[in-house]
Amino acid sequence: MDIKFAKFAVFTNAAVPFSLILWDAFHHRLGTNPQEFVLRTTGTLTLVFLLLTLAVTPLRKLLGLPWMVQFRRMLGLYAFFYGCLHLLSYTWFDKWFNLRAIAEDTLKRPFIFLGVLAFVLMIPLAVTSTNKMVKRLGGQRWNRLHKLAYLAPIAGVLHYYLLVKADTRLPLAFAAALVVLLAYRVLNKFFPAFTQRKPKRAAA
Amino acid sequence: MLIKDSDDIKSSEITDEKNYWNRRNFIRGGVLAATTTATGLLYRGLNPPNREVKKLDPVELSAKQGYFTAEGEAANDFADITNYNNFYEFTTTKEGVARRAKNFVTRPWTVEVGGLVHKPKTFDLDEILKLAPLEDRVYRFRCVEAWSMVIPWMGFPLAELLKQVEPMSDARYVKFFTLYDPDRMPNQKTDVLTWPYIEGLRLDEAQHPLTLLATGLYGKMLLPQNGAPLRLVVPWKYGFKSIKSIVKILLVRDEPISAWTDAAPDEYGFYSNVNPKVSHPRWTQATERRIGEFGLRDTLMFNGYGDQVASLYSGMDLKANF
Repeated sequence: MDIKFAKFAVFTNAAVPFSLILWDAFHHRLGTNPQEFVLRTTGTLTLVFLLLTLAVTPLRKLLGLPWMVQFRRMLGLYAFFYGCLHLLSYTWFDKWFNLRAIAEDTLKRPFIFLGVLAFVLMIPLAVTSTNKMVKRLGGQRWNRLHKLAYLAPIAGVLHYYLLVKADTRLPLAFAAALVVLLAYRVLNKFFPAFTQRKPKRAAA
Repeated sequence: MLIKDSDDIKSSEITDEKNYWNRRNFIRGGVLAATTTATGLLYRGLNPPNREVKKLDPVELSAKQGYFTAEGEAANDFADITNYNNFYEFTTTKEGVARRAKNFVTRPWTVEVGGLVHKPKTFDLDEILKLAPLEDRVYRFRCVEAWSMVIPWMGFPLAELLKQVEPMSDARYVKFFTLYDPDRMPNQKTDVLTWPYIEGLRLDEAQHPLTLLATGLYGKMLLPQNGAPLRLVVPWKYGFKSIKSIVKILLVRDEPISAWTDAAPDEYGFYSNVNPKVSHPRWTQATERRIGEFGLRDTLMFNGYGDQVASLYSGMDLKANF
């Protein structure tokens, strides 16, 4: 496995939606309500990457492919990146950097609160994502801190669910995926025989 | 696994290092191109295609120069009005309605008008079109989702139709029904709302001269995504009150329960007058995004039609009657 190239390929692919948003914005092809489109799309992408991050460990263990862990940090940082764009879109397009209005919104409306919470939970994860920080915190403490990676998508999915007007199918799909990914952790704890496969001998 | 002895391979058959790296890079390039293309296509596939309805042709475009509100606001582009619609009977994505509704057939079409009236009647669409002269009315249209457009409707006051059936004295409300036909309106097979879509107005609201029965926009017949062949337009209320593709109108004694009130009574009231001071539980109604503009506008009380309609609600608590 050419891990360096694989990481580069994942990095490039994860940047594709962002590039297409920029491309479409440049060509005025973001639809009738471009601000809403960017807000919505970056939000969805944040959730997608949070779930992809959570999918790494189950896939790695089920398939017996230990090198997959190398994608986890990058996917998590992409979730944070799209989360930043999502928050920026809201702050800019919907609130015109009116911090007071944002604070009011956050305290008054549960769905905004949950979105902000999901974002805030991601900050320590992004900050402590470097090798240096892992060493500084020590593996155990780092691991404990990074359990927040389970809370952020829970808040994020709830945020999405509470926001839609009537058609909850898509938020429920995200919720179902999240439940599966979290259930894997529980199963893995009690029945590791079913949830893990021994890694294949590394190919020469 | 059988491992070949290295003696079996002639030295001439060993790929030289330069070719090895060329080949490797070639494969890498291929993998990169294939995966990013796939990701790009996935992104495109999941996001609704843009612009089912193209721009107006030049002849129609020139007519557009004349469409302004009384306050001088220019009408939105035809393409904006026809590609961004809330019409849950087809799909819940606003950008997708135009494509899903493209083949919706609106002829023949009849509208039953009955209930507490002296002369109940089922009108054929052609009769309705001849009921009163069709006029252009350029109205602001404010969606409850905090976006707005300026739309040059074509139609006539609903009052003209109500006159025909002679409402009885105990008729106090008007109840409207959208077509229910899941084969033609496929999203009615889901339960995102209770079907058929129902809306209601107080009789005096329904008879108000601003209340329009619209049959067209931009001077031509309505397209399906805008509520063809016949829809209501109540410019001082949130857009969802302006029910589309009407097949039945009943005059009734009691306040009807609208589809959205039925779905979320604490979020969508019967009146649903545009009111910047009463926020939706999940977002503010104080501002709005006018489609085509980058910033936000302040939302106007009664969507700017207060002079004409405020008297309908004198003495009413508009916070309680949201």
